[in-house]
Amino acid sequence: MRKLALAALLLFMPAAVLAEEAKDMAKNPVIEKRMIALTSKLRCLVCQNESLAASQAGLAKDLREEVREQMIAGKTDKQITDYLVARYGDFVLYDPPVRSYTLFLWGGPFLFMLGGAGILAYQLRKRRKAVRAPELDAEAQRRAAALLEGKEK
Amino acid sequence: MMRYIVPLVVFLALVGLLYTQMESGIDTHLVPSPFIGKPAPAFALPQLLEPSKKFTPADMKGKVWLFNLWASWCESCRDEYPLLLDIAQNQHVTIVGLDYKDKAADAKAWLAQAGDPYALNVTDVEGRIAIDYGITGVPETFVIDKHGVIRYKEVGVLTPDNLKNKILPLVAKLEQET
Repeated sequence: MRKLALAALLLFMPAAVLAEEAKDMAKNPVIEKRMIALTSKLRCLVCQNESLAASQAGLAKDLREEVREQMIAGKTDKQITDYLVARYGDFVLYDPPVRSYTLFLWGGPFLFMLGGAGILAYQLRKRRKAVRAPELDAEAQRRAAALLEGKEK
Repeated sequence: MMRYIVPLVVFLALVGLLYTQMESGIDTHLVPSPFIGKPAPAFALPQLLEPSKKFTPADMKGKVWLFNLWASWCESCRDEYPLLLDIAQNQHVTIVGLDYKDKAADAKAWLAQAGDPYALNVTDVEGRIAIDYGITGVPETFVIDKHGVIRYKEVGVLTPDNLKNKILPLVAKLEQET
C-alpha cells in the first residue's frame, strides 16, 4: 500500500511542479504565447542544449518569469533580448549575430562552396581532356567510313 | 598516389585539431561573461544577519572586494568554503556574500556551524539580483575593483590554483590602483 502511495506521489509530482507555471499561463495567454515564442529562440544557461522555453532548470524558470514581467511592463521582444544579452552575452542567442568572431561561422559555408566549385571545375576540365575523341589518321578514317557503309565486316 | 595522400593529410589535420582542442582544457560549457570591465550592477538588498540594514555595492567604493554568490543548499559551495575561510583568516581581501534563493534560517545555521568568512551577506530570496549579475548557477565569484568595476569572474567552485595564480595576484594589483 505504501509503495502504491509512493508511486502515485511520484507520478503526480511533475504535474504539481508544472501546475505552478500553468497558473500563469491561464492568467494571460497572450503574454504566455509571446513569452514561449521568444524564449524558444534563447538558450538555457544551465542545460545549454535546451531552450529557455523547454528547460525545467530553476534559473530558466526565473528567467521566464523575468521575461513575462517585462512583457507585461510593455517591453518589446528586442528590448528583452538585449536585456538578456547584456547579462549572458551572445551565447543566449540560438541565432548568432554577425560579429568579427562569428565571421567564419557565417562565411565558412560560402568558403566551402567556393572550394567545392573549384574542385568541380578542375575535375571537369581534367575529364574533358580524358574523354576527348582520339584523332583518326587517314587509314582509320577510311576504315570507319567503310564500316559505316557496311562494305567491310 | 595523390588520391591517397590528400585524404590522409586532411584526416591527420582533423585529428590534430580535435586533439589539441581536447587537451587545451578549455571548458566549452563556460559562458564568456560580458561583465568584465563593466560596473557591478547596482542593488540594495537586506543583510542576512541584520535584515533591517541594506547593503549596496556603492558602500564598497574605494575597496577591492570579492562578491561570492552561494547558498546553504549548494553542495559545491561547500567545496570552496575552506578557501573562503582561508582568505578571510589571512585578511587577503574583503568578501561580501550573496545568499542565493535560500532560507535565512538555513544560511545562518550554516554560517554558525562552518564559520563565517564574509564581511557581510545579502539575501536574494528570489534570485533576481543574481540574474542581473548573469548568474548561471552557484557558486560564482566576482572580483570588483575600487571603482566598482567587475574585473574577474570565476564561474563555479574556486580552486586553490585559480585563487593563488589568478585571483589573489589580481587583487594585489588592483589594490595598487588608485
